[in-house]
Parts: sequence; structure tokens; C-alpha cells
Amino acid sequence: MTIELREKPLTARDFKGKVDPDWCPGCGDFALLRATQMSVAELGLSPHQIVCVSGIGCSSNFPGYFNSYGMHTLHGRALAVATGVKMANQTLTVLVTGGDGDGYGIGGNHFTHTARRNVDLTYLVMNNQIYGLTTGQVSPSSSVGMKTKSTPFGNIERPVNPITSAIMNGATYVGRGFSGNIKQLVRLIKGAIEHPGFAVIDVFSPCVTFNRDNTYDFFRQRVAPLEDEGHDPSDWKSACERAMEWDDRIYTGLFYQDQAVQSLHALEPILDGGAPPVSHVPEAITQEQRDRIVRRMM
Amino acid sequence: MSQGFDFSIAIGGAAGQGIATPGNILARMFVRRGLHLNAYNAYQSIIRGGHILLTMRVREQEALSHGDHIHLLLCLNQDTMTRHLRHLGPGAYAVYNADNITPGEHQDGVHLCGMPVTELTGDAKNKLAQNTAALGVIAHVLGLDFEVLESALTLQFQRKGEAVVSSNVAVARAGYEYSSAHFTPLANPLPQHPDPLAVWTGNDALAMGGAAAGVKFYCAYPMSPSTGVLHWMAKNARELGIMVRQVEDEIGVANMAVGAAHTGARTMCATSGGGFALMTEAIGSAAMMEIPVVFINVMRAGPSTGVPTKTEQGDLWQALGASQGDFERIVVAPQDAHDAFGTIAEVFNLIDRYQCPAIVLSDLLISEGTFSVPPDDIDMSPPIERGKLIRESNGDAGPYNRYLDTADGISPRAVPGVPGHVHVVATDEHDEEGILISDEFTNPIKRRQMVEKRARKLDDYFTRVAAPEVEGDEDAEVTLVGWGSTAGVIAEAMEQLQADGVKVNRLAVKWILPFHAEAVTEALSGARKTLIIENNHSGQFHRYLRSETGITADGHIRKYDGEPFMPHHIADGVRAHLADSVAGGVFVPDQEILV
Repeated sequence: MTIELREKPLTARDFKGKVDPDWCPGCGDFALLRATQMSVAELGLSPHQIVCVSGIGCSSNFPGYFNSYGMHTLHGRALAVATGVKMANQTLTVLVTGGDGDGYGIGGNHFTHTARRNVDLTYLVMNNQIYGLTTGQVSPSSSVGMKTKSTPFGNIERPVNPITSAIMNGATYVGRGFSGNIKQLVRLIKGAIEHPGFAVIDVFSPCVTFNRDNTYDFFRQRVAPLEDEGHDPSDWKSACERAMEWDDRIYTGLFYQDQAVQSLHALEPILDGGAPPVSHVPEAITQEQRDRIVRRMM
Repeated sequence: MSQGFDFSIAIGGAAGQGIATPGNILARMFVRRGLHLNAYNAYQSIIRGGHILLTMRVREQEALSHGDHIHLLLCLNQDTMTRHLRHLGPGAYAVYNADNITPGEHQDGVHLCGMPVTELTGDAKNKLAQNTAALGVIAHVLGLDFEVLESALTLQFQRKGEAVVSSNVAVARAGYEYSSAHFTPLANPLPQHPDPLAVWTGNDALAMGGAAAGVKFYCAYPMSPSTGVLHWMAKNARELGIMVRQVEDEIGVANMAVGAAHTGARTMCATSGGGFALMTEAIGSAAMMEIPVVFINVMRAGPSTGVPTKTEQGDLWQALGASQGDFERIVVAPQDAHDAFGTIAEVFNLIDRYQCPAIVLSDLLISEGTFSVPPDDIDMSPPIERGKLIRESNGDAGPYNRYLDTADGISPRAVPGVPGHVHVVATDEHDEEGILISDEFTNPIKRRQMVEKRARKLDDYFTRVAAPEVEGDEDAEVTLVGWGSTAGVIAEAMEQLQADGVKVNRLAVKWILPFHAEAVTEALSGARKTLIIENNHSGQFHRYLRSETGITADGHIRKYDGEPFMPHHIADGVRAHLADSVAGGVFVPDQEILV
């Protein structure tokens, strides 16, 4: 591959991975992949500057379809791994991709703490409200009453609200997209990558095989872009109120942004003053450092 | 028997009574005089109350264990006196606050050194006064000039201000003077050697080994008895440019470590058995993605939450079997704090070479013990070999295959950010390019190729890692086999047996996996009677040894009550085995000192 050496600007096509997605035809994840490729091209990023980290699930195959450094890690652990990547080399642009089960279920603990720490990551959750790769079981974001293979008589648990959860846990850029609106997705993703903190975009990405309830039509009839509503993203209360609406009208767009909170690597004392990443500093410690340590032991 | 000064001081009391401070002061006084120290703190998972017994053995020769005896018992409460006075032999000292502690039955020749603390200090309210007064008595009994203690107290308390220093010195002086008037000091006073020693805990040594090896990312979740590593790292991080993170759980720790290591930073994390259990899936992921990370498991008595403040060698099989699947890993069990220090740097070079995870098995005995170390032995500039790591642009525009099937199985490892080397690493099986062969493109030929490639990486391991060797008497009637932290106490048990005319040798195993099966088989081929000594119930190491070599031991000495072996426990076991008086082949020593 020679793409990094080109003079002309990269396009979305340059971010196509080595293999084609094996997602079902019509899967909402195609749109998010396309939107992400467009976003990084428009931002002028090169593949080697980006690390795309995922967990396990249909949507977590994303790094294989996206031309950048990638880590396809364990189920639910993408945010923990991505935090390690970003903190050890803060110069990298780190994207995290996955699904609702991966992020809000098995990885829920990491979601809470990554938000609280405001790690400078862009987290794209392809939320299809179902477990797809395991052939259709209830997910933490499935609606009450939904019938799945593991809830044949209907789901009795209430779903997580990713938007209010992210805001309450401390995420500083919280948006919602829909696979049926690529333009809005590109706006949200570019804003998320440029945002210096933990950015979460929950994306309605319909599962055309296993979720018969939350289809493209279901969302097309309900989505209402916040951009048209005069919503102020600095107002977290209003953001949460709008995020709680679901039945007839479901808002998409940027719910919340706070640029005043510093990201974890910006607060990390050993990275003060533009220090190089710990991934690339010399390993050896100095004789003076050694002597100071040993003196304290005597 | 060993020559020279060899003296053990035990300080007992409840948590919250301030045992650590006199312990630290004495430790510093000893090592500054060039004397060796081996201290074991028997404690409980409680912040206030309970019973703690800190045993500090000070010796002219290296102290390889905390010893068999208590020569001076400082009782900070009645409970300590009641529990341990009976362990004192002729010539030993019991130091206590006579205002509120009464000695009971005792052996002849024990010096009962009761201090009238209120009378000495004129302050009945200061609960810590007895500790400081006792230091005065101990300094006198050990034959030290008061100035030695005075300077130690000054160093200890100077951060708290002149008033604190002078009041402590006054109380200590009162204790010293009272002792001079009433108690008999040691006939052979505490010696002095010209070269002062330093003092560290095993956890300090593990952390310093990491710092010396160039660890730049350390993360952990607090868990006894591993937390000392986190504390050392946190305290020294800024000065050394080490990023230290406390994470929400050990699953997060291990995965964050994998992410950091992937960027090229040398990365380490430490936990105990329960946290290690949570880390295991990520350990397998490090093997699959071929990312080098050091995972330290400081073993404590299990299973489950177990006994958090007690020691055991119970996690060997957990380490051997950590994570699903069949993969390459290095497992090593250092033998003491000094060895742990050096082992970390050695392990990092190995895993950077082989691009695989390593598991370091320490235990509470090593990690929370306090030991002397000659300062010149603390070499914090070990060789650092990063293997086939690519961290900077080399002008190579590709194609680059992360998992290139090379002759030695080791593929050049580019880290994110390097132009021309873009690739995806995956916990799914993948081909040379990193493309998944787990779902759509399953391929038995490629799967076999990658399994064999990863396995082949360690082909030259045995040329790089020394095999254990038999040490001790030739033509020994008994050969003692141990692993990890029992090395020192076995060596001291051997000294006792040899003094009784028993011909004995030992094999101390440190590098556990890959196992030096041929070398160990050869080493034990001439053994007349092989005994295996381990700090667990089921003989985990024996079963492993048998599986790797087919060797079945002639007998066992095992301890699993939470307390570490003392030398005589092993010597007694060997004698019993030599007399063929061990029913069932397993000798289990009694723990006499109940803590």
C-alpha cells in the first residue's frame, strides 16, 4: 500500500479496508462505515494516524473494513483497550466501534468509567437493539415487550438510555445518529473526532435480519433532528429531557457538548507541556534517578 | 550452624497500635549498620484491632527467611504476651508496658522487661509512648549507644517537626535509661559492618524491576498483597515518566495494559489471584494479537476471596491454564525480592523478543516482606532489548504483514502511527496480513500455519533461559525440590540438616513455563530420595513436575495454613521422611506461632 505517500487529498475510498464487510445486505452498519470513511477523509487524516478499536459483535468487525491501524479486541473491552492506546500515545486519533451489547451490556462498566475519565476517544455505537451475531437475543437497549429468541414472551426489562447514561457518567460530547441520515452522521462524527474528550455517538443501525420492531421505517417515521429544534448542546437538562422522548418522536443530532472539561491525557501530569507519548520515550532511566531512589531506601 | 549475630525481634499488637513505626525505625537502624534483614509481618484484613506480629530477623549473614525463633518480643498489648510468651527460650527478652500488661507462665531464663511507661513519660494518655519507650529498651538491650536511636528517631519524625522529634527522643531516652538501670543487655551486642545496606519490600522490588526495565505504563486495581507495586509506581511515576492508572476492575486493567503495550510502551500490571482470574481472557488476547505484557500475580491463600493477608503457592495451575485456548506464555516464579527485581527486566526482554504475555508469580511472603539489599546490587540499567519492534517510519511503504510467517515465527511488530505499516490486530484468528479467518474465511491450512508460527517463536527459549541446577552436597541422601519463594527457607533448612550431619541438596525451580523438562529430569536422575516442598495442599508443583517429566517424588512437605514455612518446619519434615515416619507421604508441619 502506498496511499500514505500520495500528494493529493485522500477520499473516503482510501479508507476502505482489505476485505468487504460480511454484514447482511441492508444492515445499518454500512452507512456508519461509509460516514466514518467520509469523515476522516474530510478531516484530512491519514490511515496511519488512526487506530480503530472494537470489541466483538457484527459491528465490531468494523476495523477489518476500515483502512487504519486497528484492534479487534475482546467482547466488551474495546474502551479499556482504547484508553490504553490513547494514553500511551496521545498523538493517535482513536476511534472505538461496536454494538449495543458490547458497549452497554458486557462492557457497561468500562462505558461508565471511560465517560467519567473523559478519555479523548470517539465511540461509535451501532445500536440495533438486538444481539445479531448470536442470532437474535434481547439486548440492553431492546424495548420492553420485544420478542426475541431469549424473550419469546416479550422483554420485561427496561432498556438503557445511552444518551442520558453518557451525559450522567461524564461524557463531554453526546450525539445520536441514524443510518438513514449519512449527512448528519458525518457532521456528528467529524465533531466527535475534533472534540477533545470522550465523544459518544449512539447510532440507530437497524438489524434487518433479527429486529422486526426497530426497522428503517420505524425510525424514519420518528426521527427529529435536534438541529431543527433550536436545541442548545450546552444545556444538559434539556438534552436529557429530549433524550427521554421515544414513542412518537425520537431526537437525533448533538445532544450535549462540554468543551471546558479537560481530557484525561491533558490532565495527566507526565504529559505536561507537550511531552512525547510514553510509547516512544527512551526506556532507560538515568543514573541520577536510580541514585535518588536507592538513597531513599537507606 | 551459622556463625555470627542472628537475632529476631517480634513486635505484636493490634492493628492501629502503631507497629509499623518502630518496625521501620529498627529496620533502618539495622541496615545502616550493614546488617541483613528479613522481616515478615503476620497481619489480618482489619484496619483497627485483631493481632499483628511483625518478625524482624537481623543477621550478619544474608537472612534467607524470617527464621525459627523470637529472641525479643515487644508486646504492645496483653494479647501478644498471652499468645507468644511461651515461644521465648532462655536468654530471650519480653518487653512490655508493665502498667497494663502482665506476663504469664514462661520458660526459665527469659528476661521480663516491664516498663513503667506512665512513670517514665509522665503522660498516661499517649498510647504511642510505650512504643517509643520500648525502642529505648531495645536499643539498650542490643548494646547500642543512645545516639544511634536518637538519629534514627530524628530521621523518622523530622517531617513532623522539632516538637515531635524532641518528645519522642525524650521518651526513648527514659526507656533507655530505665533499661540501663534494670535490665541485662546482650552479651554480644549488635555488630556494625562498614557498608550500609538498603531496605525494600518485594513489591518495591517488583516495581523497581519494572522501572529499570523501562516500564512506561502501569495500571492496577488495588488488591492485597499486590497493592504495594501500585503504591511504589504511583509515588515514583512523575519522576520516572511512568504513566500510572488505577482502573475500574482487573478486566479493565488487563485490557488497558494490552492497548498501551500495543503502542510500543513497556507495560506491566499486578494483582492477586482473584484479580488475575478476571485478567485471564485478556492474557489470551495478548497471546493472540502477539502483544507483550507482564502480568504479576501476587498469590495469597485462596480459593475465592480466601485469606487476603496470608500466603500460599496456590495459583500455579491458574497461571498454567490462564485463559481459553492453547497458546504460548512464559510463567516465572521469582525466589525472593532481589530475584524478583532482576527477573522483571529479564522477562521483558523475553516477551519483547517472543511477542507473548508473561505471568510472574510472586506471593505474599515475597511481596510484603521487608528485606535488606546491598545498594550496589540495585542495577537499574539492565540491557533493554525490544526485539523486532518498529516504532519509527523506516521509509518502507509496504506491503507489510503484521503476522509474517518467518523462519523463527517472530514477525516484525509495527506500532500504530508508523506510516506504511497499517494493519489490524485481532483476537479472532487471522492470517499473515491480519485478515480474520474466524468467520467468513475460515481456512484450516491458514489456521494451522498461524498456530505453528506462534508456537515456533519460543523454539530457542531454552538457549536463553538458564535451567535450574542441583546445589548442596554431592551424594546427598535427600534432595529437596521447591519452586518460587521457598528457595530461601529450604536453603536455611539445609544448613540445619547439614549441621546435624545429614547430606542434603536441593533443586530450586524458578522458570516454570516453558519447563526445563530435560534438564530437571537429568538433575533429579541421581537423587536417592526426592522431597517436594510447597506452600499448598494439593501439591500443584508436584503434579506439574510429574506431567512434564514423569518424575514422582518420594515424599512431600506441604503447608497450607496461611503462614509461611520456617526453616525448622522443613528440617523436621526431612528428618521425619528420612525416618520413614510420614504417614501418607505428606508431612504437614504445625504452625506454632498462632497469628
